[in-house]
Amino acid sequence: MSARTSVPQRTQPHVLKATGQARPLAGARSELEPHAPTANPRVAPGFGGALRALLRKELLVELRTLESVPGMSLFAVSVFVVFHFALNRASIDGDLAAGVLLVTLLLASLLGINRLFVADAEQGGFDGFLLAPVNPTALLVAKALALIGYLLVLELVAVPAFALLLLGTSLWPALPGLIAVLALADLGVATAGTLVSTLAVRTRARDLLGPLLALPLLIPVVIGSSNAISPLLAVHPPALGAWLTGSAARWLVLLALYDLVFGLIVYAVFDFLLED
Amino acid sequence: MEASSPALELHGLGRSFGERPVLEDVSVSLQAGQTLVVFGPNGSGKTTLLRVLAGLLRPRSGRVRVLGAELPRQSWALRGRIGWLGHDPLLYMQLTARENLAYHARLHAVADERVEQVLDAVGMAARADEPMRELSRGMVQRVATARAVLGRPELLLLDEPLTNLDPGARQLVWPLVGPGSGHTRVLTSHDPATGLAEADLVLGLRHGRSELYASAQNVDAEQVMELYR
Repeated sequence: MSARTSVPQRTQPHVLKATGQARPLAGARSELEPHAPTANPRVAPGFGGALRALLRKELLVELRTLESVPGMSLFAVSVFVVFHFALNRASIDGDLAAGVLLVTLLLASLLGINRLFVADAEQGGFDGFLLAPVNPTALLVAKALALIGYLLVLELVAVPAFALLLLGTSLWPALPGLIAVLALADLGVATAGTLVSTLAVRTRARDLLGPLLALPLLIPVVIGSSNAISPLLAVHPPALGAWLTGSAARWLVLLALYDLVFGLIVYAVFDFLLED
Repeated sequence: MEASSPALELHGLGRSFGERPVLEDVSVSLQAGQTLVVFGPNGSGKTTLLRVLAGLLRPRSGRVRVLGAELPRQSWALRGRIGWLGHDPLLYMQLTARENLAYHARLHAVADERVEQVLDAVGMAARADEPMRELSRGMVQRVATARAVLGRPELLLLDEPLTNLDPGARQLVWPLVGPGSGHTRVLTSHDPATGLAEADLVLGLRHGRSELYASAQNVDAEQVMELYR
């Protein structure tokens, strides 16, 4: 076919449209005005409003599918059972207990990280979001908050199971310190996990790439939190005050710094990751 | 956007995926309120063109100006001003139609009443509380149409918008996205008869290149069919 490119004449066939007399199909409704386009200025939703909408959608999708949290929790409990038999010990404490707990939680969190953006990637959620007049940071914060929520539920299941199946000492004295450490660790996992998930979800090998990227990035979280928790899970744990003023302090600072640095990195690059 | 400037202005637009060019040297100028119909066989670059116009893909070369925003530099300025209706409905299948539209309404700062208005307009109010995955493809397309016009966009980008719709559903959605809706529109089509009836301007793509660009009144169905041979 020969190419034909002519400058079109400036027809005005849709002058009729402006008067609402254009060509609807036979039988079509005549009430067109309610759906007519609106010119600028447009109102953009506030950050808080967009964040609430995104978070609500996130939790609704998870509640309807139950794809992340139950899988994460069941995985953690299963790993504790495996450790129970594999270590061939009635109970563990100290460094070993801290390592088993933290590594299990980390591996379980990878399941949530891997699925964090799957619904958005598979069902056009990214495009829908990018077409809306919303600050992209709202999506980042919503995803990180959702992941923190998943991790909290995971820990509510996994920590008692760990105490029941493996821990040789009482969990109660360690609980306040454990909560503080896990809170800092969750923040780090959520920020780094959101970054990794955003990177991996648009690749073909996302199931492989997610863990491969996340594990090295999360090593500082494991080091900091297991070292901080280790004294709390010893046979004779220190008092909370002594633990806080002792060696745990620097590990808590390390975790807080990790959270801060990764929070800033993810904030800086997230917009670019969403773009083509 | 200035009153006199075109709604769309493309000069030498090019886009590639890796080394493979998908669009090459495409130039178009479309006034506000007009309809551009894009014809072309599968893989000719129609959907890619629409994604570039929506700011979802970056042009690799050429100049692209949409609603006064220079792309990709000002793609943020397009957000909320474009209604997109493509092959993918951009809806979460786990949620209901009402939940999906309420989610998009909040992202577009649109009042909840508008959700009921568009649900009613596409005839989905009665099925609005059923999960999307339980609806037929035609019903999903109706909800997707409601989503596309929810924020009263200035520009509609319609990628074969009547796909999956029965004649009754077409009559329902056409007032929202058809020529009578008052939108500036770019739509893709494989049907020369209905496409030409819709069009002010016609763009024919083949292998990503513009092979036909003319006023609709200067194009006949046979010229469109040449693109597919």
